[in-house]
Amino acid sequence: MEKSKSIDLTTVKPYGDTVNDGKVQISFTLPVDNNEKAILAAKTIAEKMGLEDPDVVYHEKLDVGFTFFILYGRLDFSIDYTKIRVESVEVEIMSIKEIDEYIRENIRRKVIVLGATTGTDAHTVGIDAIISMKGYAGHKGLESYEMIETYNMGSQVTNEEFIKKAIEMKADVLLVSQTVTQKNIHLKNLTNLVELLEAEAIRDKVILICGGPRISNELAKELGYDAGFGPNTYAETVTSYFIKEIVNRKIK
Amino acid sequence: MGINAKDKKSKLNIDFEVVEKAREIARKIAIATQKFIDQHTTTTIERTVCRLLGIDGVDEFGVPLPNNVVENIIKSEYLGKGAATFLGNVMLHTGLSPQQIAEKVSNDDLDLNEFQLKEITKIEEVINPIVKETLEKIKQNKEKREFFINKFGDKEGPYIYVIVATGNINEDIIQAKAAARQGADIIAVIRSTGQSLLDYVPYGPTTEGYGGTYATQENFRLMRKALDEVSEELGRYIKLTNYCSGLCMPEIAAMGAFERLDVMLNDALYGILFRDINMQRTIIDQYFSRMINSFAGVIINTGEDNYLTTADAYEAAHTVLASQFINEQFALLAGLKEEQMGLGHAFEMNPDLENGFLYELAQAQMAREIFPNAPLKYMPPTKYMTGNIFKGHIQDTLFNMITIMTNQRIHLLGMLTEAIHTPFMSDRALSIENARYIFKNMKSISEEITFKKGGIMEERVREVLNKSIELLQEIEKQGLFNTIEKGIFANIKRSIDGGKGLEGVIKREKDYYNPFMEIMAKQLKRGGD
Repeated sequence: MEKSKSIDLTTVKPYGDTVNDGKVQISFTLPVDNNEKAILAAKTIAEKMGLEDPDVVYHEKLDVGFTFFILYGRLDFSIDYTKIRVESVEVEIMSIKEIDEYIRENIRRKVIVLGATTGTDAHTVGIDAIISMKGYAGHKGLESYEMIETYNMGSQVTNEEFIKKAIEMKADVLLVSQTVTQKNIHLKNLTNLVELLEAEAIRDKVILICGGPRISNELAKELGYDAGFGPNTYAETVTSYFIKEIVNRKIK
Repeated sequence: MGINAKDKKSKLNIDFEVVEKAREIARKIAIATQKFIDQHTTTTIERTVCRLLGIDGVDEFGVPLPNNVVENIIKSEYLGKGAATFLGNVMLHTGLSPQQIAEKVSNDDLDLNEFQLKEITKIEEVINPIVKETLEKIKQNKEKREFFINKFGDKEGPYIYVIVATGNINEDIIQAKAAARQGADIIAVIRSTGQSLLDYVPYGPTTEGYGGTYATQENFRLMRKALDEVSEELGRYIKLTNYCSGLCMPEIAAMGAFERLDVMLNDALYGILFRDINMQRTIIDQYFSRMINSFAGVIINTGEDNYLTTADAYEAAHTVLASQFINEQFALLAGLKEEQMGLGHAFEMNPDLENGFLYELAQAQMAREIFPNAPLKYMPPTKYMTGNIFKGHIQDTLFNMITIMTNQRIHLLGMLTEAIHTPFMSDRALSIENARYIFKNMKSISEEITFKKGGIMEERVREVLNKSIELLQEIEKQGLFNTIEKGIFANIKRSIDGGKGLEGVIKREKDYYNPFMEIMAKQLKRGGD
């Protein structure tokens, strides 16, 4: 591509319509009345965020004492893209047929997978996308795999209930979904599960995976999970990962 | 339903004789289930009776006094006679008020089971004045609502319904007032997640909750007071919503009746499927809670829209319609008027579906025509909201257009940040702005448009209606409970003895006494009688 030649990956900046113009948009609310002073306050905040020449393109009263702002600005600093390291899960994605075949040949029994949305989160969208027969966006879920036995506990499952069920089912793989949470409670909840699994001395006997819009593989590993999957992950990806992991870790 | 099926007009060529047939089947399903309901009571129903008799407050351990009273009676295994029997009896023996009795029970100073049961007529004599007083209080609240609505005038067109969910009632009030000033007509205070599974109602004002704020009577009172203030300021009556679902359905209905809530989510099927509440328990609870809501002039909302968050919205459309028919009949049996039935449906089809807008439009118009007097609750897209707030705002815009094109009444506003976080103040403001823009700009469109004869929309509606009839026939054959066990709704299977709360189901004794149920049933025009 023509364009990429002109980009120096050691000095990357946001892109508006010209390389290195550094353009960004932001919006936020301030708990003050909508007036000249508020606009200046919004600009000052943007400057503190590192924006050069911030421009308040829109400001509106939300209520007495609350004003909403939309701003554009420019970033003059850049980052070295070549130095960024991401720990995403490296998997060669297989088809459902290939996965079933792989399990038959290498594990020689059905793989047992337990899933739930744990804690106070009431959203089942994530776990359903991976487990339910229908899956998501044309990618069928684990219920459609011949060599996988699965159970979806739904939402608002306590970590204790989850572990109890895992032991009862003799699960090989635990899938934990966290979709919408308040004030980062999902982190506490995810950590708590790891602690409980360790207390029960079964942490090493399972492949522990979490997923959700705010989960990355890096975060998951930091929290003590084997892997983490972000948004737009389908069942094949997760499954391709854990079946190989079962074989690698020689879980019988 | 008063009009002859043949005289009804439809923009979609709906065959109203088929609709009436569906209603008839749904009615049979509801009546069959009602027979089961009429043979049972539950712990929360009896706690509700306690609350309606004036028992309130918590003991030193934070346990609500109605729970202590019912726990005490359960020891005798005669809760099936009704808590009012025992309370009235002890009132006769001791001269104490129900509240004083509850306090003594909580301190272990009194056991309701140790008093010889007096004649029921004597018990009625001492209970009836309290019943009368309570029902009068609820009636006054209803009249106060009517007074405000008459004073300010009821809003025409869709009610803009938004949620607040900070966890802190004081913060909720700030958000709710701001939303009302921005144009919201209904404020729903989302409950703290997990409250539906508590077998008691928390007490007092609360400032901590997850994903929402605990439903307590004091929180109801504080929010209603704040909304009354902002209603006066705006010259518009702002309605308040909460959730009569979970293990304390009728107790929350009673609290709402005391504090003049206007709208209540109230749907057993929702609890069974999405909260794994035991089906026997919640269907019994639903009856009394709907009766209280009916008596208090509260609009109920049902949760059919939720089916489409797990099942596919295109393929499962008929399950929504079938459930609406059944919910309508249950509501009639509990004395609810059509004007109080906020039956649920939703805009949840995959945005990639070709002509998805047409199918959504057809189904919304169909629901409107089949339930013409019900203030339908129309739910926004949630399942296919991605975090792309810009596209999300457009998905919400299409949803807003369907509401104005088909005259939906309770319009639950979609948020561009759905799937990211509970709404910021600015998210709500942008969404309200979007809806008001569409509703004003397209105000009279429904009067201007007709749909193509034999077109995609007509065809879609005929298909959904026919499939819903088939499903209703199947449910009639198998019974409602069996159908739920098979996972027909929302693709979720629940067993008749599974889930939470079964231990709270009690067989009524022959001399079961629930004065509120008796009097309300008499005063309400029960559709089943």
